[in-house]
Amino acid sequence: MADSAVTSEDGQDGEETRRDFLLISTVSVGAVGAALAAWPFIDLMNPSKDVLALASTELDLSGIEVGQAITAIWRGKPIFIRRRTASEVDAAKNVKLAELKDPQSDADRVQKPEWLVLIGICTHLGCIPVGNKSGQTKGEFGGWFCPCHGSHYDTSGRIRKGPAPRNFEIPPYKFLSDTTLFIG
Amino acid sequence: MATPTWNNPVIKWVDDRLPIFTFVQHSAIDYPTPKNLNYWWNFGSLAGVILVIMIATGIFLSFNYTAHVDMAFDSVERIMRDVNYGWMFRYIHMNGGTMFFLIIYIHIFRGMYYGSYKAPRELLWIIGVFIFLAMMATAFVGYVLPWGQMSFWGATVITNLFSVIPFVGNDIVTWLWGGFSVDNPTLNRFFSLHYLLPFIIFALVFLHLWALHTHKSNNPLGIEVKGDQDELPFHPYYTIKDLYGLGVFMIFFMGVTFFAPNFFGEPENYLPANPMVTPAAIVPEWYFLPYYAILRATPDNFVDAWGILPVIIDAKTSGVILMFASILLLCLLPWLDRSKVRSATFRPIYKQLYWIFLADCLVLGWIGANPPEGMMLLIGRIATFWYFFHLLILLPLVPYWEKTKELPESISAAVTANGEGSKETSS
Amino acid sequence: MKKQTFIAWITAGLLLAFSFNSALAAGGATPPPKLKWSFHGPFGTFDRAQMKRGWQVYKEVCAGCHSLHQIYYRNLQDIGFSAGEVKKIAAEDEVAAGPNEDGETHDGGELLVRPGKPFDKLIKPFANDAAARAANNGALPPDLSLTSKAHATGVDYIAAVLTGYKDPPSGFKMNEGMAYNTYFAGNQIAMPAPLSADAVEYADGTKATVEQMALDVSTFLAWAAEPEMEERKRLGIKVILFLIVLTALLYALKRRIWAKVH
Repeated sequence: MADSAVTSEDGQDGEETRRDFLLISTVSVGAVGAALAAWPFIDLMNPSKDVLALASTELDLSGIEVGQAITAIWRGKPIFIRRRTASEVDAAKNVKLAELKDPQSDADRVQKPEWLVLIGICTHLGCIPVGNKSGQTKGEFGGWFCPCHGSHYDTSGRIRKGPAPRNFEIPPYKFLSDTTLFIG
Repeated sequence: MATPTWNNPVIKWVDDRLPIFTFVQHSAIDYPTPKNLNYWWNFGSLAGVILVIMIATGIFLSFNYTAHVDMAFDSVERIMRDVNYGWMFRYIHMNGGTMFFLIIYIHIFRGMYYGSYKAPRELLWIIGVFIFLAMMATAFVGYVLPWGQMSFWGATVITNLFSVIPFVGNDIVTWLWGGFSVDNPTLNRFFSLHYLLPFIIFALVFLHLWALHTHKSNNPLGIEVKGDQDELPFHPYYTIKDLYGLGVFMIFFMGVTFFAPNFFGEPENYLPANPMVTPAAIVPEWYFLPYYAILRATPDNFVDAWGILPVIIDAKTSGVILMFASILLLCLLPWLDRSKVRSATFRPIYKQLYWIFLADCLVLGWIGANPPEGMMLLIGRIATFWYFFHLLILLPLVPYWEKTKELPESISAAVTANGEGSKETSS
Repeated sequence: MKKQTFIAWITAGLLLAFSFNSALAAGGATPPPKLKWSFHGPFGTFDRAQMKRGWQVYKEVCAGCHSLHQIYYRNLQDIGFSAGEVKKIAAEDEVAAGPNEDGETHDGGELLVRPGKPFDKLIKPFANDAAARAANNGALPPDLSLTSKAHATGVDYIAAVLTGYKDPPSGFKMNEGMAYNTYFAGNQIAMPAPLSADAVEYADGTKATVEQMALDVSTFLAWAAEPEMEERKRLGIKVILFLIVLTALLYALKRRIWAKVH
């Protein structure tokens, strides 16, 4: 607060030529205190405990059949989890990178080839594409289709046609066991 | 004093266009201050610091508060439990209110003892009374926000006071509530007002300081400054003294905040508001207790009982009138006190009356915490009577028979002669 | 001299006002005996083993009627359970599943449920206040999250009420369905004596007397009301020590600067 005012006190006293130990230490301690007091103000605006508790989620995958997909919610966003068939995996692997708008190999996008985990938000303007449920159109490349502006994603969640600039994002996740997925 | 010259080109450039550095130099550094101020003069700047602390913690609390009857209580508990350092901000803000009033009461009673309200500082004093009123309003609406039992019933009781206004009273209460009881619209507007009022206080403090700097500080001797030998530059003498006082105060403040955070609070307010169940006793926060005692001190048919006026005012109406009068009367203090001598040091009779008045206010506070029955009611009435007797009768009349002591020639003369008021500087 | 008088007056007055103030809040009943608690005092901490036992008493005895609305399962890690244990405790309860991917919370009028997770709040014993009253002879069992803060005598009050059940003195008129309690305001409480010897079986072998269970669950509820208490005191000691050092330095500086004036 007024610590800075104290610093300009020197010069009042002609005879004091030595370094003013008392003044310097007082100002230093005050400055350290002010700096430490700033931290709670900063930290208060960080995510609170109840928000952090929702920052990760665990999912049981045992009920998902091959070829099925589910939508989970993580940090307020839809997460597409698809258990891919062998042909879908092959289709994803056998694409030439040069053909892709946002080149990325399928191996870079999955941890286990059978399981594709994506943030289900179209990278164009944030709509939620269709194709995760049986009966919905999966687009021209067997993945997902965004009805807003016609973006087509393939079985690796990569953009293949339409205005979206990038592939679906991959959330941070790991497998706690064969059937337990931890996202966050 | 001379206008300072600035060597730093940036400072000089700014100061030529907006003389803010010159202003600070004049009003916070060179500012001439009586050399004999004692520690009771620390409480003004202390009040300024606590105002800043309250605004800072309050803004950060509002990030996480929800002003809705269904969510307010739980949002405060979420602040206490889940928000990082939320409990600290909440407890600092809660106890900061208590500290603010403690400081302001000491500040007011210091002014009363040393006659700081007398000419030419009447307006300075009156602005101070308005700051006090704004503080009371802020504290009142703020206390409603956690939406506990005391929040709700305190709001209900106090807003109902306005129903005594003739003809339109009930309409005014409905208007204040935005409905037909204290409810969500009330909570919403109280939150808004609680955010607004501190900035009005801030503006009033600015006026208060402007008035202060026009005629400068009073001092423990209550005599005019005679020349440079009576004064010291504010910096470093009073900056360091204020900072030291701030340090001592913060030890007390933080001690309460961290180790007895609910000492000054009402346990009942940790129960969520329930409009169907009134608590056994509705007790305001301690700083409102004296006024609460005055509010409840009046008998039925107050005026008629004494046959003074041919009207009947019921107990409620007269209580409300007396309560508001007890504060607003302070605005008239500069004219009620007819003595030309400021400091109680030189006024033997006033000095005694001053201590009795202070004790009277404390008694009122004690009465305010108790149900108005039997002995308590009687003491409350006597104390209420004395409050007004002191202000309206004693203060104007005492100077006529009081023989004041001889005033010292000047502040520096008194200091060198080891006079009153120089004690702390000689310690 | 007059300064000391002033301070004396202020202190005396304030103390007086507060002592009467808090005495008032107790209202009517016998004041509860003041007990010794591990978490009182500036360095006091909660006894983890006692809190775990207290949680067991809450869960097996109190939770049938009383909610603990402010507490999440994850908070139980604070009282000494591991993350894995908390997961298991949470999964034993069924909570509302929230909207499914079609945005629905109910299926054919039935609430969709799932096993509890650490981030859920503890489940409530009753769906709403009316259901709670219907099951409890018209009385509403209060939420216990803040009980120790909501009474002037704090945690002592909880322990006292739990052990304060007696036969009413002769001539005392009891209302239908009420129990006599020494420490409850008005001496009539709608809650029948909740604790009886060996009502729970403690895993750590502690003998489950009524007094022991009362102390344990009181400690647990004191924590539930002020889970920040330990952190608050730890930080408070650092803050006070820092302020003492800073204030001592400011005082020395003040003395030196003012020395020039005299």
